[in-house]
Amino acid sequence: MTTTRELTLKTEPFVLNIGPVHPSTHGVYRMRCTLDGEVVVDIEPVFGYLHRGIEKLAEERTYTGFIPLTDRLDYISPMSNNLGYCMAVEKLAGIKVPERAEYIRVIMAELQRLANHCIAVGSMLNDAGAYFTPFMYTFRERERIVDLFDMVCGQRLTYNYMRIGGVSQDIPGEFLPALHKLVDRLTIFIEEYENLLKLNEILLARAKGVGILEKDTAINCGISGPVARASGIKWDIRRNDPYSIYDRFEFDIPTCENGDCYDRYRVRIEEMRQSLRILQQAMKQVPKGPVKADVPHLIRPPAGEAYAHIEAPKGELGYYIVSDNSIAPYRCHIRPTSLINLAALRQMVKGWKVADLIIIFGSIDITMGEVDR
Amino acid sequence: MTVAISAKEIISQLNTKFPGAIEEAGADSVLVKSDSLLAVAEYLKTAEGFKFEYLNYITAVDYYSYFEVVYQITSLESNRSVVLKARSYTRDNPTVPSVTGLWQGADFQEREIYDLMGITFEGHPNLKRIFLWDGFPGYPLRKDFNQ
Amino acid sequence: MEISSDKDYIYTSSELDYQEGQLIEEVKASSRESIQDPDAWLDEELKRNILLTSVDWVLDWARRSSLWTAICFPACCAFEFIAAEGPRFDMSRFGMEILRASPRQADLMITAGTLTWKMAPNVRRIYNQMPDPKWVIAMGACGISGGIFRSSYNVVPGYNKIVPVDVYVPGCPPRPEALIYAVQMLQKKIAKAKVVPDLSELPNPLRKGKK
Repeated sequence: MTTTRELTLKTEPFVLNIGPVHPSTHGVYRMRCTLDGEVVVDIEPVFGYLHRGIEKLAEERTYTGFIPLTDRLDYISPMSNNLGYCMAVEKLAGIKVPERAEYIRVIMAELQRLANHCIAVGSMLNDAGAYFTPFMYTFRERERIVDLFDMVCGQRLTYNYMRIGGVSQDIPGEFLPALHKLVDRLTIFIEEYENLLKLNEILLARAKGVGILEKDTAINCGISGPVARASGIKWDIRRNDPYSIYDRFEFDIPTCENGDCYDRYRVRIEEMRQSLRILQQAMKQVPKGPVKADVPHLIRPPAGEAYAHIEAPKGELGYYIVSDNSIAPYRCHIRPTSLINLAALRQMVKGWKVADLIIIFGSIDITMGEVDR
Repeated sequence: MTVAISAKEIISQLNTKFPGAIEEAGADSVLVKSDSLLAVAEYLKTAEGFKFEYLNYITAVDYYSYFEVVYQITSLESNRSVVLKARSYTRDNPTVPSVTGLWQGADFQEREIYDLMGITFEGHPNLKRIFLWDGFPGYPLRKDFNQ
Repeated sequence: MEISSDKDYIYTSSELDYQEGQLIEEVKASSRESIQDPDAWLDEELKRNILLTSVDWVLDWARRSSLWTAICFPACCAFEFIAAEGPRFDMSRFGMEILRASPRQADLMITAGTLTWKMAPNVRRIYNQMPDPKWVIAMGACGISGGIFRSSYNVVPGYNKIVPVDVYVPGCPPRPEALIYAVQMLQKKIAKAKVVPDLSELPNPLRKGKK
């Protein structure tokens, strides 16, 4: 690469701002890129354009009152955020969740993973230059998943469905038949999508071998989720530290070896298949019973601290809560999956062109609400 | 299943290796003196039998009389994790050594703590505010922060 | 090519950071009051005595039927906006389809999401870059008043502190139907506008002090 550059005209490095308002930055992320011609020499991420101080707001709300704010962290997958937070408080207060609620939670979390990966795959291809067409396909399917969420809690985006000790209300009678239909439909959809894209020459040219993340770097940076699994790290909290009732289901953890953009796409598609597998098992086994444990309205967990983590669609999402036996958390730290997954971005994009920078960034799949909190 | 290593198990090893470095050993966490934090962390990351090479998260808590920085590290091979803690007892300019040299993922998180909690990480290559702008008054996550 | 240190640039990154911080402080200090909708006077006067000509009608029809939206989607509401653009709700039925990455090609700003003080100068800059005539829809509770985050230290309580807002859409986030209704309301408003407003007479607070 250096030889070709010596032959071309001499240029000076210059600084280009990408973001905070840019269609490919998935929100209000900003990169100060230093470019040499079209080649990225260095980038400096600038955060904070959506910093809403959620961790501070947690300290002035009750334990239950903080659940709506968790929806707005990673607003592409609010159910997972709800689940992580409720699990942390349950761990702190020693609350046992009823069986039926556990099943409903797992169904919701897996549906959420499907919805999230729909957007992740769609927006990565969007960033690759297929402006809005793949998005239309994936959004079509996401709408159907959102319909189910709408059915159980009446909201399309910020669900606020989970409660400490269970879920807010039971699923309606028509939910499980609808879920059955949806799972069948999504199976067909994934095949359709794969036929379009798996051996698509343009996608292969744009994504194969681009933005390679080495396994060692990924571990050192604390990368988790599909990005880590695409780099060959077989690590999934559902399997390695089973929470809720994930130890009852059979599913595989898809991994790839190369760690390039194409592998991250492959891992996500494969994860959607595994989520469907979990859903198929879970919806057959949903037992009857209460959906919420007997929990007082104002919860006062004993003084102490707890960390609960779940495998959110984007990676390890954790909540570290310190309690001082009052009605509000003393400190609530959210392990920001998206922020930590960005830690390796600088190494991944060095030497690539600007257009590749966009697709590498898109393949990590971040949400600014979670990065900035 | 990720097993939280009981502190007793490693405390004896740490005590022989770094005498006087351990301030307190809780049920599932180890409180390390902040000046020997780096050495302990490096030992835990590299020593055979531990290999805690994955940093889950870093956070800080303001307890009025001291700041506590919390690190959770995991060994992907043996599927175990441990919580390290370090304290800084001053309020004016609390300082804790930076672990960015060991775990690159600590970079943004330490900047975040510096921004919101006002704890300086010694040895961090690029310690500046990450979420708020240059010149924002105060550190919002401190308990005495007033808007 | 290796870049050895910060000194190779005209500005160091800390200088840039400092300047940006100054800008935010400036905007924060000057944005305590809400900006009134510059067209608020229109309705009353229209009711009293103005008759619209047919040229007005034709031009207003053209304007309201092809609203181009600038990208300004900080947070959650963006996904309801995309859903409204998407296959099911399909806003293009009403001529509100095209998303423009450049504000210079847009005349409608749908502010989907929480506005923070760090973002405020950028939003004002986007608004100023849009050519006249331009309209703003404040989408969601955060856009109206700061919503659930109003008590936070870094959240602007409402977009109308930064830019004049024409239509407010409540909801957290509003459903796509609500957004489509809001654009229809805006279209009704545009239908009543005079075509060539005398800019110097408009009570537009953004122009204050600039000669």
